[in-house]
Amino acid sequence: MLTEALVLSAILFVIGTFGVLVRRNAIIVFLCIELQVNAVNVSFVALSRYLGIDGQLFVFFVMTVAAAENAVGLAIIISIFRHYQTVDVDNFNLLKW
Amino acid sequence: MPEILFYVFAGTAVGGAVGVVLQRNPVGSLLFMVGTLASIAGIFVLLEAQFLAAIQLMVYAGAIMVLFLFVIMLLNLGHDYRADLKRGLGAFLAFAVTGALGGLLVGQLGGVGENPLYEYLPGPGELDRVFAADGIVGAIARPLFTDYVVPFELVGILLLVALIGAVALAKKGG
Repeated sequence: MLTEALVLSAILFVIGTFGVLVRRNAIIVFLCIELQVNAVNVSFVALSRYLGIDGQLFVFFVMTVAAAENAVGLAIIISIFRHYQTVDVDNFNLLKW
Repeated sequence: MPEILFYVFAGTAVGGAVGVVLQRNPVGSLLFMVGTLASIAGIFVLLEAQFLAAIQLMVYAGAIMVLFLFVIMLLNLGHDYRADLKRGLGAFLAFAVTGALGGLLVGQLGGVGENPLYEYLPGPGELDRVFAADGIVGAIARPLFTDYVVPFELVGILLLVALIGAVALAKKGG
């Protein structure tokens, strides 16, 4: 089942990449980044079945860091929305205002 | 039987992922994402990561997706039915990058079985031995609080920093 799981992980990662590149709604872009994170988690878990428990610990840490990243990212989106009244990424071209 | 279940979960995961990208309504995208995350939790169970499957359902499909839903509703974006796909050069680049990346990743990862190193992997029995010694939760908890205790504490600090940062960024006039 290792090869199938790794191919599934690759497909999910590619779909996530496509979403990040093609969508303009910042929240959907964020969701697609989560999809990429989960794709990598699938390959970690698939390989941990063959190489020992450490892969599952990595997934544990990835999930925690992703939760922190989500909290900060969504706060940034809220703050940008207050300024521009939109979450369209095409309008975001300044790091500071 | 596990193979059939694997393909069912894999199919719903990929279908949900396509739905996330193609759905116009952000709330619809979010619901597809919950389906994908639940399917991935099922795949975790099939790959002997039962604890992570539970965490995936509670933290990801539960807490993080509810956070996204709060933000969508707070910003009142739930009725945005305009297509928001990039056009022109951006869309062309997206297709080109995705095609190249997809070919590369699927080709490389699909060829794992032919890799000469594959023979040297310990095999699926490796985890059974650890689970028999410590139990399913204990097998993760023991290394987490011994070998990985420094990263564990650092992640705790990171969560505190993220909490303070999120409050500072999102508060009015921040």
